[in-house]
Amino acid sequence: MRYRHVLAAVALAAIAPPLAAQSAPLHVPFVIDTLSNGLTLIVNEDHSAPVVSVNTWYHVGSGDEQPGRTGFAHLFEHLMFMGSEHAPYPEFDRRLEAAGADNNGSTTEDRTNYYEAGPANALPLMLWLDADRMGWLLPTMDSAKVDLQRDVVKNERRQSYENQPYGMVADHLPGMLYPKGHPYSWPVIGSMADLSAASLEDVKNFFRKYYAPNNAAIVVSGDVKADSVKRLVEHYFGAIPRGPAITRPAPAAFSLQRDTSLVLEDRVQLPRLYYAWHTVKGWDQDDAPLNVVAYLLSGAKNARLTKLMVYDKQTASNVFAYQNGARLDGDFNVVATARPGHALPELQHDIDSTLQRLAVAGPTATELEQARNSLEADFLNGIESVRAKANQLNEYYYAIGTPDGFQRDLDRIRGVTAADVQRVVRKYLTGPRVIISVVPQGKQNLAAAGRATP
Amino acid sequence: MTDRTDRTDRMDGTARKGGSQTRPTASRLAMVASLVVAATPLHAQAPAVATAPTLAPAPKLVMPAVETAKLANGLTLQVVPMTELPLVQATLLIDGGARLDGSHPGLATFAAGMLDEGAGGRDAFQLAAQLELLGASLSPGASWDAFTLSLRAPKRTFGDAMGILADELLRPTISSADVKRQRDLRIAALLQARDRPASVASDVFGYTVYPASHPYHYPISGDSASTVVLDSAMVRDFWRRVADPARATLILAGDISLAEAKALATKALGAWKSPASPLPLAPASSVTAATAEPTTIYLVDKPDAAQSVVMIGAPGVDRRSPDYAALTLMNTILGGSFSSRLNQILREQKGFTYGAGSDYGWRPVPGPFVASSAVRTNVTDSSLAIFFSEFKRLRSEPVTDAELARARSYVVLGTLGDFETTRQVASGLASLNVFGLPLSTIPADLERIQSLGAADVRRVAEKYLDPSHLTVVIVGDIKKIRPGIEALHLGPVKVVDDMGKETS
Repeated sequence: MRYRHVLAAVALAAIAPPLAAQSAPLHVPFVIDTLSNGLTLIVNEDHSAPVVSVNTWYHVGSGDEQPGRTGFAHLFEHLMFMGSEHAPYPEFDRRLEAAGADNNGSTTEDRTNYYEAGPANALPLMLWLDADRMGWLLPTMDSAKVDLQRDVVKNERRQSYENQPYGMVADHLPGMLYPKGHPYSWPVIGSMADLSAASLEDVKNFFRKYYAPNNAAIVVSGDVKADSVKRLVEHYFGAIPRGPAITRPAPAAFSLQRDTSLVLEDRVQLPRLYYAWHTVKGWDQDDAPLNVVAYLLSGAKNARLTKLMVYDKQTASNVFAYQNGARLDGDFNVVATARPGHALPELQHDIDSTLQRLAVAGPTATELEQARNSLEADFLNGIESVRAKANQLNEYYYAIGTPDGFQRDLDRIRGVTAADVQRVVRKYLTGPRVIISVVPQGKQNLAAAGRATP
Repeated sequence: MTDRTDRTDRMDGTARKGGSQTRPTASRLAMVASLVVAATPLHAQAPAVATAPTLAPAPKLVMPAVETAKLANGLTLQVVPMTELPLVQATLLIDGGARLDGSHPGLATFAAGMLDEGAGGRDAFQLAAQLELLGASLSPGASWDAFTLSLRAPKRTFGDAMGILADELLRPTISSADVKRQRDLRIAALLQARDRPASVASDVFGYTVYPASHPYHYPISGDSASTVVLDSAMVRDFWRRVADPARATLILAGDISLAEAKALATKALGAWKSPASPLPLAPASSVTAATAEPTTIYLVDKPDAAQSVVMIGAPGVDRRSPDYAALTLMNTILGGSFSSRLNQILREQKGFTYGAGSDYGWRPVPGPFVASSAVRTNVTDSSLAIFFSEFKRLRSEPVTDAELARARSYVVLGTLGDFETTRQVASGLASLNVFGLPLSTIPADLERIQSLGAADVRRVAEKYLDPSHLTVVIVGDIKKIRPGIEALHLGPVKVVDDMGKETS
């Protein structure tokens, strides 16, 4: 999930109501600093409740993994909770719980994040724990910890993918959409074989390369004073040495040359169709129009695909479209589940013809206004809690180099025109794509028809 | 494409406390002056992290100030002004919910779902378009014990959005064509739920823990047999008889004053009248309590499953029980936090699972207590043995002082963040309202939790957590897991289908 439109904001001096002609700036106050070891600190004071959230992003994700080690970035995330030199296992969770605080972490292709959230007086504890695992993780790291969390992650893979209907699509889609070697060509969760292969040595090397202060940014949002936060962060993190500079070659440009299809039999009652097109990365000029297209297709009951397939023709039980604009690249997806008695070629026909019509005639003015207003309202709805806001500030900082992205993000949605919509549909969504059909066992006859391949 | 992988997803399902929380006033973070320290200490010195920080006292919990009023038609208003953002969160809460399903399981959730399929002369598309143009979101729904219409809108369009809420509440269309479509969609959704082992386990748990006469026996969405018979006359009649202002509360949190709230509510809902023959709503206390049966293991077969989904539990406890605080504390230690015993052992020591936990379903009629996990197939029996030995340990030996202190703080201090947003405030008030409890219940419960000790935890474990009276539901590969489970001799093992009916 990339929180594309989830604004996490703040005590806003002025907020634009979600009606298009507004121009009041959406500003989340913050201060930003860089320590001498390269660690970025962003503080957002919000005194509306006596709580604080510390949100740390390490700029490393599954896209940085080596061949044969898929899933490693996420496995490493788990190891960050297994204790460090001055806060040995299981101090991390125990001390936070004793202070009334929660914590968690998550991994995507591009980044790994960690957060703690709780009463404002727990801030020094949160920072101390985060500093100790950034600087002193390895002294207590051993094979037993790696083995244990390897098992936990394998269980996560079983629970979230293997034992879920349609769950195995996640194993196939990335490699069909992105060329071999592309950082997004394998799933974040990784394969069982690669998880088995991960070693203590891998952990040490990965930590030394990526878990250095110059590859991280910390956001503190809540009932705190920026000056005090800065002193605390310097106190705890200041002694951690800078790591190597990290360079990432941009993945080679590519385009899908033809449709690729796959039919998976699964223990499911209803067939489901997955379409995926290669599009653009987040913040590309075509990213916002593609987000609007997703809304126009399935964002509301009167959205085109929902209305046509779920309401009017009643061929689908649900349909969902989204643009997935990540840091390096992006894709656009449409997922539709058939109603009982219907087969995927019917769904295909409806999706294809809807996209054709949008490509030929574009959206109506009313449709577009609804889309912009709704996406804008989503912005406002995410800005209340310090924990959402802290993560959003970190996301903007990594994506566009400044935490101050709220207004820019809003502006690019507001600026999308009917011509933009028409253009991006033509450019990205009428060409070659990945087609995956998931059908009940023995029901290949319900699968989608691939377009003729040369 | 799935692209985010969390460390744990378990905590969503394991409430650390039953009620809701407050919106405390700002408090200062007491910062220790001595923390002004050199950024780069000498090598010979111990690093700053060598010493754990001493925390300043925690902020005090301050409950939100709720202002109340009553309209002439009996509708109660609860208003919490919060002016941080120009938004208003409204929750219209009507007592009843799925408890009123009677002989039509799933009717309450279905009826609530019909409200935004057409109302006030608009169809579903027009309703959606108007709301989105106002920047508003409105979702009707039903829980086990209440109907809710939740509205969120910018202050400046809130009045118009309330007009749409009133249309959905008072003038829903509920046409036969719409009912037929939604009925077919629900049948498809029920079919799909059969594919998810966790859904199957949860449904079978309800079928086996609660007798057929109990309102919690059926899944909240009913089953396909109870769905195919739904028609528009039945749904319309049901809604007319449950939408009673005398049973309703309108909760408003956000940028709105009591006077504004009264004026808006009177305009939108002042004409709302009690139905001529409201559906009788028996007090929760009159529902015959379900009794825990001798421990039985129900197996649902899923050949070649990658995991076994395990649910263990029994009918729970009344939210108004004097043991509420002690049970909350006990559950936090057993399975209600990451450091809880079940998660520590099953996940962090054994590596059997991605997460394990336990939870009390606090509902006006006692909801279930359930401990659960999804475990690797070949350790299903070992996991089951651990669950039971942990239940027994809570009854046979006192919890440690460290566990007790940690659980108390986790619950009490965790409350500080529970009234941060308008959404949290509205849902917190709503969840107390369904029990008829005032907001002061929360600080009173927390004070009680502070005063409890190991003897209290042990006492409620002995009273409510009886290993000889638990229902166990396991969805997994029976061929592989059955022998090991039988060897534990926990109780009879029965094979059932996904409706809880015995098959062999």
